[in-house]
Amino acid sequence: MASATVSNLQRHRPPATSQPKVTQDPAWVRWLLTTIALLFVGFFLLLPLGAVFAEAFRRGIKAYFAAFNDADALSSIRLTLLAAAISVPANLVFGVAAAWAITKFDFRGKSLLITLIDLPFAVSPVISGLIYVLVFGLQGWFGPWLFEHDIKIIFAVPGIVLATTFVTFPFVAREIIPLMQSQGTDEEHAAITLGASGWQTFWRVTLPSIKWGLFYGIILCNARAMGEFGAVSVVSGHIRGETNTIPLHVEILYNEYNFVGAFAIASLLAVLAIITLVLKSFIEWKFHQGRAEA
Amino acid sequence: MAFSQSRRSALPGFNLSLGYTVFYLGLIVLVPLSATFLRTAGMTWEHFVQAIASPRVMAAYRISFGASFLAALVNLVFGLLLAWVLVRYPFPGKKVIDALVDLPFALPTAVAGIALTAIYSKNGWIGQYLEPLGIKAAFSELGVLIALTFIGLPFVVRTLQPVIEELEPELEEASTTLGASRWQTITRVIFPELVPPLLTGFALSFARALGEYGSVVFISGNMPMRTEIVPLLIMTKLEQYDYRGATAIAVVMLVASFVLLLVINLLQKWSRRYHRI
Repeated sequence: MASATVSNLQRHRPPATSQPKVTQDPAWVRWLLTTIALLFVGFFLLLPLGAVFAEAFRRGIKAYFAAFNDADALSSIRLTLLAAAISVPANLVFGVAAAWAITKFDFRGKSLLITLIDLPFAVSPVISGLIYVLVFGLQGWFGPWLFEHDIKIIFAVPGIVLATTFVTFPFVAREIIPLMQSQGTDEEHAAITLGASGWQTFWRVTLPSIKWGLFYGIILCNARAMGEFGAVSVVSGHIRGETNTIPLHVEILYNEYNFVGAFAIASLLAVLAIITLVLKSFIEWKFHQGRAEA
Repeated sequence: MAFSQSRRSALPGFNLSLGYTVFYLGLIVLVPLSATFLRTAGMTWEHFVQAIASPRVMAAYRISFGASFLAALVNLVFGLLLAWVLVRYPFPGKKVIDALVDLPFALPTAVAGIALTAIYSKNGWIGQYLEPLGIKAAFSELGVLIALTFIGLPFVVRTLQPVIEELEPELEEASTTLGASRWQTITRVIFPELVPPLLTGFALSFARALGEYGSVVFISGNMPMRTEIVPLLIMTKLEQYDYRGATAIAVVMLVASFVLLLVINLLQKWSRRYHRI
């Protein structure tokens, strides 16, 4: 399967702790390479994460919390939660439907369908926003009609939800398709033969066996949905208190040289990233533990 | 697209699940995406060429493709190193480091952008030491490279890790027993196995960098002809209500992305075949 991202529950095993001895590199090589790798991670990954919090608390705790005492900041948080609350379940339902069709049946055009599902990952975020402007914008296909009926999609909340849905489109599907493929259809066939209905089979047989894959997909989908910047920026129109999500609000504060405010709000997203990574590692651990027991 | 079941299955829900999949895919992805191509089809050829090949746009291609290529190259080297160390060498805190590799996926790009800018600007943690050396990191081409390297880092590591994990120790043992030095074993036995995933990781990292917007806009300074990347140029054109110009450039970038997607697909097929032997 084509992929523009490589997070995959099945492929990613937690690192092993012991290594075969015979084929080991000399001690000095191990030390040298490990040191370079750790320095690289430290400089390149830890430092930016640390910088977010250092800048956010630069003027003390009071200034940090003052950044949240602002109607525009709170409205941006509400909008981000709303966009994620719509786009994540929508892509979850789609992901499950797509995985059911693709893994339980044989049909022509299947590999084309799988490639098409991955398409949004290959598209630049800015272009992901642009396409909706071309469809729903004032100069777009449905623009004049929408204008006449006083429906706003672009530079309004629906556009933000659509753009968010587009950029997070493949997350759940690509996580559970390989998982369900590896599980085959024997158990579902057994359930149906024993008289279960289709929905019973899905809820009682399929769902329990893909739950970790679903969680994994949902978490990655949610992280992207709440953090998306480029696509949302194109369709938002940047109306304060109305169409700004958290990342867009961060940009506005930053461009106004309100650095403490920008980093304080950004620290919310950094915490979200840390929680995402922790949950992701936890699910990987749970999943492989389950596999080892089975 | 005519989908029909080629072998009857006893399981229910084929029409419902496939119908919904195709409907939702069309609604959210295919129809809007096709708008870019249909919109440019309405342009005259001269207008189109003018829009996609003006000097400012050409400069943006150079920066986007050049910086993405260099960033993918940096990730190739450090990604290989990191993947090797994570799979092969034991050290304390390994699980934390392994989880951290995904940070660029999890951290929103705008946050990464302002954080990197804070670090590399002339008063920043690293920038203050680069300034006396005459190196300007933020608000320069180097800044673009730094941001693109950051967001592309996980790709090479994550494509290599499973392959290094699955390398058969017997091969290395045999090579050693037959008198090869450790260096010979690494370059002649291990490295050839890693070439397909390395190329895949490189292509994934390059593709991601090409479309990246959020992390770059803060650190690059956005100077036309110098540090203006293509996605930013599309954004600028949109803000000036030049929808045709923006759409024409978007089509060029979409074609580039689709070609890359195809290359990545082929690389992964190659990599899988290589692996089964």
